[in-house]
Amino acid sequence: MRNTWAIAWKEIRGYFTSPVAYVVALIFVALTGYFFVRSVDSILSGPNFPEASLRDTLRQISVFILPWLAPVLTMRLLAEEQKMGTIELLLTSPVRDWEVVLGKFIATMVFFLGALALTLWYVLMLAWRGNPEIGPLLSGYLGIILYGGAAISIGLLASSLTSNQIVAAVVSLGILVLLTFLEVGADQVTGVASTVVGQLGMTTHFDDFVRGVIDTSNVVYYVSLMAVMLFLTVRSLETRRWR
Amino acid sequence: MAGMVEVKHLTKYYGNFLAIENVSFEVKKGEIVGFLGPNGAGKTTTMRIITGFLPPSSGTAAVAGYDLVDKSRQARAHIGYLPETVPLYTDMTVEGYLSFMGTIRGMNPKRIKARIADVIDSCRLGDYRKSDIGKLSKGFRQRVGIAQAVLHEPDVLILDEPTIGIDPIQVVETRALIKDLAGTHTVILSTHILPEVSMLCSRVLIINEGLIVAEDTPKELANRLQGVERLEVEIQGPRIEVMGVLEKIRGVLEVACSPNGSDQNVYKIQARRGLDLRPTVSRAVISNGWSLLNLQLVSMSLEEIFLKLTTSEEINV
Ligand SMILES: Nc1ncnc2c1ncn2[C@@H]1O[C@H](COP(=O)(O)OP(=O)(O)OP(=O)(O)O)[C@@H](O)[C@H]1O
Ligand SMILES: [Mg+2]
Repeated sequence: MRNTWAIAWKEIRGYFTSPVAYVVALIFVALTGYFFVRSVDSILSGPNFPEASLRDTLRQISVFILPWLAPVLTMRLLAEEQKMGTIELLLTSPVRDWEVVLGKFIATMVFFLGALALTLWYVLMLAWRGNPEIGPLLSGYLGIILYGGAAISIGLLASSLTSNQIVAAVVSLGILVLLTFLEVGADQVTGVASTVVGQLGMTTHFDDFVRGVIDTSNVVYYVSLMAVMLFLTVRSLETRRWR
Repeated sequence: MAGMVEVKHLTKYYGNFLAIENVSFEVKKGEIVGFLGPNGAGKTTTMRIITGFLPPSSGTAAVAGYDLVDKSRQARAHIGYLPETVPLYTDMTVEGYLSFMGTIRGMNPKRIKARIADVIDSCRLGDYRKSDIGKLSKGFRQRVGIAQAVLHEPDVLILDEPTIGIDPIQVVETRALIKDLAGTHTVILSTHILPEVSMLCSRVLIINEGLIVAEDTPKELANRLQGVERLEVEIQGPRIEVMGVLEKIRGVLEVACSPNGSDQNVYKIQARRGLDLRPTVSRAVISNGWSLLNLQLVSMSLEEIFLKLTTSEEINV
């Protein structure tokens, strides 16, 4: 585990010394601010918010932000190591492959959680002007964290498959866009197919969370997606070692 | 005790390309072994297998008794490695990088701190400890590479061309550093530089086109591979007669002389291995009433041996 933290810490520092991370954080703040203001645009016309919740904002983060945020944050993590050859010293140190993968995953999660923490400002505003329900807020945040974790694990897998960051980003963007719009696709087919396609989609499992419901099956969906992606990333590193 | 590094029948294919074939050798504790071979011989490939970065297609490699496939992590814990390309994280400072490498090699913070001070000193990185690695020159990166390889005082050091790209003073210092490690550490280094091998190594492995073609101490290797002894003699006397007499001496295989018009010529004599013909030749010259102006044994330099080894088709060692 010490190796995991060392690798995570190195990557976190990497984020804070890279201009890309600041630009990403800035765009994140601008977009979420815009989503928030739109969802409560009656803020100026009444004493109370029409609906004191972050439901729409969180939904929009999941659909419009995470599909590109996760690829951008993860693309260089393993691709760059392969391109620069630094993976040779990393993998010949006595670290386990899963420690490498988990460390990188944790680093991106920390960055994502930091960005997400900025949205707590909106919660404060809600509490100041309205009377938000605490339940849906908590479950909503749990949902977006799980959603983000799944998206990041997909990005990490893509980054392990290539030494080209751009390719990694495009691959994970493609997968995430697909998983985001599977729910829409499910409406185009009928019967069992519709259910199956719908259940595979990432958005399908998100609505309950923002409505204040923590359904085990939804938690299981995101957690298993994450686990499978991280597992595949470890395998991908192993085959790189044993090819 | 078994060898610190044991390599048995290693073969490695890249796709269909055979990079190394049936490579076997053993390195004992405290030995410094030189891995010598021309470009593309398979030195890096072999080292990547020993460090657990690449899997062998067949055969086994073990470090400190741990197999690099079955017990890879335990084996890797005993290795310090300087890859040929010296891959470093360019966005880290020298100190930050060394600290990271120390941590993932399982060193505790206190020891990391002490050892960083040591290696920064021994690799002359003092002025650069807070510099970004990305801004360092090639030579200084090489020093950082060496620093990280020795940081955790590994039992086995694998150095892929450690003195390439650094200035002559640093080359001398690096060699001294490697020499210092002998005895307690086991070192395998690859190089193209022959004097480096005779200077540092207790044993040389010569590899060519994926095969080990010779293995011995630098000195023995020179003797063994020489095959013939060569003498250069400068004699004042009638050339044809001199040639005739020299050729009749027992053990002489061949006499060559390019005439220069005068009767003072240099004769190149090849004799059977292990024979020192100097006394016989000098007596023969004197007893014929000629003058012996110069007489010397020509021993083949390692360079020549190396060339011979790697160009000749029929070497049986
Ligand atoms: N990843 C790879 N894929 C395919 N072929 C490779 C790969 N790595 C090395 N080779 C080939 O294997 C052979 C041995 O290469 P290797 O790098 O081991 O040689 P070397 O002795 O280290 O040479 P040099 O002195 O140039 O460093 C070469 O012909 C090389 O082209
Ligand atoms: Mg090489």
